[in-house]
Amino acid sequence: MSDFLFEIGLEEIPARMIAGAEAELGKRVQQLLTRERLLDDGATVKTFSTPRRLAVLVAGVKSEQADVEEKVTGPSWSAAFKDGRATKAAEAFAKKAGVDVTALERVATPKGEYVGATIKRRGVAAPEVLASELPKEVLAIYWAKNMYWRAAKPERFVRPVRWIVAMLDAAVVPLEIAGIAAGKASRGHRILHGDHSVVITSGAAYVDELRAASVVVHVAERRQLIRKALDKATRLVAGARWREDEPLVETVVNLTEWPAVILGGFEQEYLDLPEEVLVTVMRDHQKYFAVEDGNGKLAPHFLAVLNTKADEDGEAIIRHGNQKVLRARFKDARFFWEVDQKTPLAERVESLKSVTFQKELGSYHWKTEENLETASFLAELCTKAGVKFDSDALTTAVRLAKTDLTAELVKEFTELQGVVGGLYARAQGLGEKTALAIYDQYTPASVEDNIPVSVEGQLLGLADRIQTIAAMFGIGLQPTGSKDPFALRRAANAIVKILAESELPLKLSEVAHSALTDDVHERKVLEFLTERLNFYLKDVRGFSYDVVSAVLASGADDVRDAIARAEALSAARASADFEAVSAAFKRINNILRQAAEKGFAVGSPDAVKAPEAQKLKDAAATLAPEVAKLRQERKYGDALGKIATLRPAVDAFFDKVMVLDPDEKIRGAHLGLIDGVLKGFSGIADFSEIVTA
Amino acid sequence: MASIGSSTQKSALTFQELLFRLQGFWAERGCVLQQPYDVEVGAGTMAPETFLRVLGPNPYRVGYAQPSRRPADGRYGENPNRLFKHTQFQLILKPPPVNVQELYLESLAALGIDLSKHDLKFEEDNWEWPAGGAWGVGWQVMLDGLEITQFTYFQQCGGMDLDPICAELTYGLERIAAFLQDVDSIYDIVWARDPKTGAKITYGEVRLAEELQFSVYNFEEADVPRLWEHFNSYEAEAHALLVRAGALFEKEDASATDKKRFPLLPTYELALKCSNLFNILDARGAISVTERVGVIGRIRALAVGVAKAFAVQQAAT
Repeated sequence: MSDFLFEIGLEEIPARMIAGAEAELGKRVQQLLTRERLLDDGATVKTFSTPRRLAVLVAGVKSEQADVEEKVTGPSWSAAFKDGRATKAAEAFAKKAGVDVTALERVATPKGEYVGATIKRRGVAAPEVLASELPKEVLAIYWAKNMYWRAAKPERFVRPVRWIVAMLDAAVVPLEIAGIAAGKASRGHRILHGDHSVVITSGAAYVDELRAASVVVHVAERRQLIRKALDKATRLVAGARWREDEPLVETVVNLTEWPAVILGGFEQEYLDLPEEVLVTVMRDHQKYFAVEDGNGKLAPHFLAVLNTKADEDGEAIIRHGNQKVLRARFKDARFFWEVDQKTPLAERVESLKSVTFQKELGSYHWKTEENLETASFLAELCTKAGVKFDSDALTTAVRLAKTDLTAELVKEFTELQGVVGGLYARAQGLGEKTALAIYDQYTPASVEDNIPVSVEGQLLGLADRIQTIAAMFGIGLQPTGSKDPFALRRAANAIVKILAESELPLKLSEVAHSALTDDVHERKVLEFLTERLNFYLKDVRGFSYDVVSAVLASGADDVRDAIARAEALSAARASADFEAVSAAFKRINNILRQAAEKGFAVGSPDAVKAPEAQKLKDAAATLAPEVAKLRQERKYGDALGKIATLRPAVDAFFDKVMVLDPDEKIRGAHLGLIDGVLKGFSGIADFSEIVTA
Repeated sequence: MASIGSSTQKSALTFQELLFRLQGFWAERGCVLQQPYDVEVGAGTMAPETFLRVLGPNPYRVGYAQPSRRPADGRYGENPNRLFKHTQFQLILKPPPVNVQELYLESLAALGIDLSKHDLKFEEDNWEWPAGGAWGVGWQVMLDGLEITQFTYFQQCGGMDLDPICAELTYGLERIAAFLQDVDSIYDIVWARDPKTGAKITYGEVRLAEELQFSVYNFEEADVPRLWEHFNSYEAEAHALLVRAGALFEKEDASATDKKRFPLLPTYELALKCSNLFNILDARGAISVTERVGVIGRIRALAVGVAKAFAVQQAAT
């Protein structure tokens, strides 16, 4: 068994694409070796990556494929041999099969005797297989954006390929990718090692030989080095912590080959700027980690992750440079903040007329007017249901919600829209409720995110999103397949999440109706929201698909009620009694369907005769009002527990009673009985949807 | 704050020395040195030495400083980091040599930057100029957290695939100078130093008045109806020329001489005029978001029109 090492050297790969490509390379190499019968059973596959390389190391590669024998069949025996002599047909077949005519065999088949041959295929040596197959696999790796670089554009890849290492143990595998022949020469860190190559002696030595050239090829190791270095640098400030930011950690892991961390500082005066602005500048624009003091308040420090190891002198220079850049950025932000204050949000409403929301629909001024109507409809429903909130604050928030789109600070930091509006509203004394609602309007930004904290914010968030969805549906721009250019699914997910996690007494149909006048579109929008509720229950809450189908079949309008029923149903289904009852309901459903197909009439259950039928009827009659009461009280768990007690009666009924009795009257009574049971107990969920063992 | 060390500052290049070094470095590597293009542009990419030279099969290496106008970025000379007009050193390597990144790093060393004492990263940054139908992929080169260069592998220009492609390196001279000289304001950059007396002339002394007055013009004084007149007038002339170019290049019996002497380069200048007027109108707040797309489309029709005609002209002559 051999070690196979493959490294492709590239100009700096975009950080966001590295992890996916590393995994894909590993998978492709493993699949290739498996397909080509070159992978040993106990083989291990390890992958590596840095900004300048992707690599894979497979321990347990066979040196060559095993020989194989293959039987092939040719012309009929009578056509191949006339008078014991080989005909042209036989010769041609033998030639094609690569065997002598004398080696041809007789093969008996149901259709008669044919000529056969046994072809011996010599196994191909691993280097040959890899040289011919691996380049195709590598060039097929998916990149979100790729490029041409060679004349005549022979291939596209994420960035130009600059070197290839491909070795089986100590020997080079003679392959070529994008005009680069494989060898043993890798490269080290651009600055710390320089341009001269790093000769790799074997796959086993790869990691250490590159480490000696100041490259840590193990992603997990770099991640750990960075986290430790962040901790260490933060300890220079008493009581401080760096602010955890996993996506940022991943980014810097993929921007470095030899990471180090420095702690920098900025002037106290910039802490007067809102924390959101400071953190955005540091994280999104400079890839710095923010530092907070013991109370969780932002401290005037930052942590920069470097891709080098500088001496003390160098570190001072690097710190100085980074501080200077950050100071300039903060100065800019403060400049924009101050300029923006000269025009209060209230004075910006008119200028929204020149900001397009959607070409066919209108400007953000139009959108604001629509949002006001939608929000007032929803607000009225909430007021009727006794929800306490400040309706004037809500109206102000809706009216001003989009005005920050005209602010310089938002033009500079687009990711802060909403947040900036909220901060300005607060600074301009518009009241905390208004400010908070504007601030929170785009939350939840994802299914992991929190919903707006205030009722005003929740209502603004709902109104804004449903108005967008309804308006887009109205002009035929609903999402199709994987295309959702206006992120309407995300908007609908947020609506479902707000309804699920707030205490708003709103139904999906009411939300859909709030932004609409046209019945056809309203129905489509409601279907779309229901589909997102289905997604939410399954993918966000983790309910199994049959529970979700069962629950939604019994009502999908009230989001929190659907969740409560799904929770109760998921808990109840574990009991054997409940499972049996579910199975019985499925059976009832089938019987009723068959009966309808045969045209059997459903009669009054009063005519049942069999004692088991009578017992079921009595049990159901006793249980029904109790279950209805529990359902009314939303005690779904208790209700389902009660329903499970039907089991003995149901089991006995199906054991002893022939449901489709030849006597029409009795049959009708049986059908009436089970129909009543099904209808009477399906208010919480349609149990026939439950998959039983 | 840690001190960068006074020796570094004293030996730091002046603004003009920085340009000399870059020019010298790339001239030694086979580049044609051009002068800045003498029509207003927003970036070095828009000068014909880039926009038109990257088309077609002929290899070319060129470098030039390009004063680049962004009227909306003007700050009356009050913001220490933003300028209405900044200076790019623009470099086109067509086709790109395989060691183009290493050459670039050498050019930094030539500016006196000791890379062993700095943190350098190539971070993904793709570039596009929609009005020119041009885009590429590449990086922003970050030195100690400062973007000092935009490095792009051009893929398309004038809406056409390029073959061969080229590498475009755009050095931000003011940023690099402020970095090397360790000054907090662009206006404090030493532009030139008298070798005999040591007397300094700063960037502010050379350019501050221009920044102030152009900010006033672009934000306050520019006559909007007249700018539109200029725009429409340049556009009409460029459009008429493009129509004639189209007719000429389609004519089968047109002579090579007629094709060769057709004035596409002047047509492109007219398109650039429109682009600059658009930027002033935009800074003046005279273009609504709704209008924007339409006006960019008009400029694109001219710029892409010239590029397409230019490619035909090159192939025909």
